[in-house]
Amino acid sequence: MTTAAASRSLPSAVVSARTRRGWGDRLFRGLTRGAALSLILLVVAMIIGMAGAAMPSFRAFGWRFLYTSTWDPVAETFGALPFVYGTLVSSLLALVIAVPLGLGAAIFLAELAPVWIRPPITFLVELVAAVPSVVFGLWGIFVLAPWIRNWVQPALGASLGFLPLFQGPPYGVGMLAAGIILAIMIVPFITAVSREVLLAVPNTQREAALGLGATRWETTRIAVLRYGKSGLIGAVLLGLGRALGETMAVTMVIGNRPEVAISLFAPGYTMASVIANEFTEATSDLYLGALIEIGLLLFAVTVIVNALARLLVWSVGGAVKQVRE
Amino acid sequence: MSALTAGSALAVVLPLILLFGFLLHQGASAVNVDFFTRLPKPVGEAGGGMANAIVGSLILIALAAALGLPLGILGGVYLTESRDPRLPWLIRFVADVLNGVPSIVIGIFAYTVIVLPMRRFSALAGGVALAVIMLPIVLRTTEEMMRLVPASLREAALALGLPEWKVILRVVLPTARAGIITGVMVAIARVAGETAPLLFTAFGNRFWHQRLDQPIAALPLQIFAYAIAPFDDWHRQAWAGALVLIALVFLVSLAARIATRGRYSAVR
Repeated sequence: MTTAAASRSLPSAVVSARTRRGWGDRLFRGLTRGAALSLILLVVAMIIGMAGAAMPSFRAFGWRFLYTSTWDPVAETFGALPFVYGTLVSSLLALVIAVPLGLGAAIFLAELAPVWIRPPITFLVELVAAVPSVVFGLWGIFVLAPWIRNWVQPALGASLGFLPLFQGPPYGVGMLAAGIILAIMIVPFITAVSREVLLAVPNTQREAALGLGATRWETTRIAVLRYGKSGLIGAVLLGLGRALGETMAVTMVIGNRPEVAISLFAPGYTMASVIANEFTEATSDLYLGALIEIGLLLFAVTVIVNALARLLVWSVGGAVKQVRE
Repeated sequence: MSALTAGSALAVVLPLILLFGFLLHQGASAVNVDFFTRLPKPVGEAGGGMANAIVGSLILIALAAALGLPLGILGGVYLTESRDPRLPWLIRFVADVLNGVPSIVIGIFAYTVIVLPMRRFSALAGGVALAVIMLPIVLRTTEEMMRLVPASLREAALALGLPEWKVILRVVLPTARAGIITGVMVAIARVAGETAPLLFTAFGNRFWHQRLDQPIAALPLQIFAYAIAPFDDWHRQAWAGALVLIALVFLVSLAARIATRGRYSAVR
């Protein structure tokens, strides 16, 4: 039984005694309330601070900022389209790889695996999530990118080269490398949250399906996955939110060229990596404003994606039990 | 179908094994006494270490903890104790959403509120950025851990006539202490590896730091700088730095895991 539920069920005499609190309780209550409210204050300060600093760019470019693709710091003309495109394509690529793997792993860990093997594998998944981004980036530069250049890109070019997605010289670094490293980084989040969602599905669901003669896999598919669908969509959205804002590893393997290219072999650029690379070089208010406007855009998009994701995950598991990350 | 899901579980953890293997293979030889005690050498000279970056990271983490922990723990207390019908829901929601905001955006925030007014990069700005990242994690873990304290314990203390604040400080928080410390360690492990929010706040420094209003080195920043530089010796040092960083993060995660064993299974 939770404490909140307990205090609600206390006899009314106790409650009325409690409402006549001493100064100590009032002070303590005010202190904790203030600490909690500081969080909201922080988010408001973030929006105001960034919007203020991005103002020169708002004024100079308006909505054009979002759909033009000239990024020329010398001429002070800024359009964010290549970065928006790079962020979207690399994140979608990451989702295409990570969603089936993450859901599969979550089903294995929550439903199908032998019970003794679940804790160690769950712990390993948590460890993958704890690896710092810069370490993945280091590995990406020296191991993943050469492997992609020597093996993956030639193989894809030979088999699927008729598609414009898989054409061009194999550099190794580029959109494909960014998508793969992002997939590696977000898949533990998708796995962990999906697993929590599946564990939150009531056992009566499973028992009902098993009682009707369903096999284990049929039970999982009909009774568990369908029940947890909105939570699983939330888990995928959480992964998307991570992918959109992931910075260091992507910056180190995407090639950092501000162009919109169809081929996944070509170098690209993302919103987060242009901020990481150019922020300290931004000499004028307009240049800095343009970079901060990209940051504000990233903030807005990730807030929307995460808010939606949380509501969906909470709809299955409830808000109070924290989704462990 | 079972085999397919087992295969995906394997695919999820495989990169970790590959990564760790390569780190050990490439980095172990460069982890020596010099690495922990020497400053970086100028370009072209072999040897040197990352002592300043290790100390810098510790200072940044201490700053972040000093700013973020009190707020996070008190906020967590509010979430469990409040009988307000709406505000805790909102705080919980904002905390979880803030937890998903990219760390580089948090860096921009610290830049606009600290670096711009002070007109210089500083350890302080880096510490504030890391504190903002820690806050939602500590807040939510504190709440979760306090909820695990049996209601009977609290009722017993209230029945003795203790005021509510004393019950929380003397009975509830000490009972939940191990869990809260675990949450704090998880938050520290997370910010210890953060690079993006430090790029334009702490900025990095090739020497020992002087003051909190000056740029300061950090281990992840140094790894990044060395990884993208064109020198083999620096690459070796980057591997070594990554090995030290990941060992630190894993140890903390493992300790947290052991400390909370049994606690989670009790609520699920």
